[in-house]
Amino acid sequence: MKRPPAIDRAVDRGLAPFRGRRAAGLLPQTRLGGPMPWVIAIMVALTVVAAGGALSLSNMVSTAQGDLSGNATVQIVEPDAEQRAAQTESVLSVLAQDRAVAGFRAVPEEEIAELLEPWLGAGQTSEAIPLPAIIDVDMREGAEDEDYQRLRMTMRDVASDARIDAQSEWLAPVLSALSALKWIAFVLIAMLAVVAVAAVWLASRNALGGNRDTVEIVHLLGGSDDQIARIFQRSVLIDASLGGLVGFLAGILIISILAAQFTALQSGMVAGGSLLAIDWFMIVLVPLCAVGIAVYTARMTVLSSLRKSL
Amino acid sequence: MAASIPPQSDSELRNSRAQESEIVQFDNVGLRYGTDREVLSNISFTLFSSRFYFLTGASGAGKTSLLKLLYLAQRPSRGGIRMFGRDVITLPRDKLPAFRRRMGVVFQDFRLVDHLSAFDNVALPLRVSGVREADLREPVADMLDWVGLAHRAEARPATLSGGEQQRVAIARAVIGRPEILIADEPTGNVDPEMAVKLMRLFEALNRLGTTVVVATHDVQLLRKVPESLIMRLSKGILADPTGALRYPPRREARGEAG
Repeated sequence: MKRPPAIDRAVDRGLAPFRGRRAAGLLPQTRLGGPMPWVIAIMVALTVVAAGGALSLSNMVSTAQGDLSGNATVQIVEPDAEQRAAQTESVLSVLAQDRAVAGFRAVPEEEIAELLEPWLGAGQTSEAIPLPAIIDVDMREGAEDEDYQRLRMTMRDVASDARIDAQSEWLAPVLSALSALKWIAFVLIAMLAVVAVAAVWLASRNALGGNRDTVEIVHLLGGSDDQIARIFQRSVLIDASLGGLVGFLAGILIISILAAQFTALQSGMVAGGSLLAIDWFMIVLVPLCAVGIAVYTARMTVLSSLRKSL
Repeated sequence: MAASIPPQSDSELRNSRAQESEIVQFDNVGLRYGTDREVLSNISFTLFSSRFYFLTGASGAGKTSLLKLLYLAQRPSRGGIRMFGRDVITLPRDKLPAFRRRMGVVFQDFRLVDHLSAFDNVALPLRVSGVREADLREPVADMLDWVGLAHRAEARPATLSGGEQQRVAIARAVIGRPEILIADEPTGNVDPEMAVKLMRLFEALNRLGTTVVVATHDVQLLRKVPESLIMRLSKGILADPTGALRYPPRREARGEAG
């Protein structure tokens, strides 16, 4: 029998941490064959779409609120054209003198007819169907309810059929609904994050259970909890990165399709929902956060399981 | 019982022990699983460095349980255990890996990692200990050559015979040059010729300074290593036929045994 080969102690040779590719071989790698990347991909895709929707709605609400705040519309609903014209003149005079009004414009009858064309048909004039006179009013910054009240009272004295509406008032329910949708999307993102954590927790426990013998051997050979956790972390990191990339691309594709369809509506309000550079940055953060959450969850799951052993 | 007492007088033994270091001390250790009765009771002994110990006893006597306590896979229900001069019972979990790296363990069922090659299985303790890849290739290849498996370095455990798996397990246990080698029935799955070879291998390691503890119920095996000390377990109670294991060592105890 030959003498066993002399082997210097590891500490004398210098340490090379047991992690990365050195340690990866301890776990059989299934990669895309396993459910983990796909679960992460679906989570990330849904989160990217939800985040895109939430940010778009947020922008839409902000833009609409910015555009409409300080805007008002005066309508003079009088069937008789002469009286309508007289009342319009009186209202324009009142508006010109009011301190809260920054500017105004009487909308030409042709423009009103054009706006109503989809409903009333082409070629309609006030002779056939009486159209209200409309005046767009720009209020000064900081205009308050009492300014609108004062204008209402003054206009009632000179034009009994005139009615002033702050545009923000009649759009308030719409903006409220959009805002609610935005918050629902954020809640959805939070729920998806919780589901992702649960999925990774289950997958990590499953992987730990499936490799219990290997883990025990590494433990008995002097492997520390941290070393073992790093092996699982690395595996989850690769799975989550693959899944995150696939999910991100799928989510971006869905957002692009939706954006193209909304753009085709040619609605002014929808245009305000365009995503800004900061929004895209936040969307790019989604897969990165998903990977971070997955790796952290895997680490905590493995460490907490290992603490139960000696 | 074929107890082999070292060819030394009591005084010679005592003097030589004084120079040897005590690497393991069990003090009145008891072990029970759950609420069952104790599988090990009042176990007290000292293991000295560079000695060869056999742990023997019938199946179910508690050999594997005692070995689990030795290689820190199990905490005792009571009593004290010191290893390498430290109390391991109160040692925090994060300190245990450093102690385990000073041991080599040959499990009864080998416990090789199925999806790793023989080379990677043997290299595992070195990688866990932080040896660089460039530094471990040659020692691992040498170790596989030493156990006669150089030609099977890339083979997976499933393709190896029982004896080959046993030798890979032994190579893995000794690759880090442990201070203590613990082997549970290492010859249980090999033919008599291979059993003798394995014992020679353990002796060679022992001569290099490693304390060896071999659990076996094969009485014939004890004769293969004449300088060995015998620990005999019977129904969870440790007998000490050589009189050399008592903790703390007592002169009258050795006198009785001698």
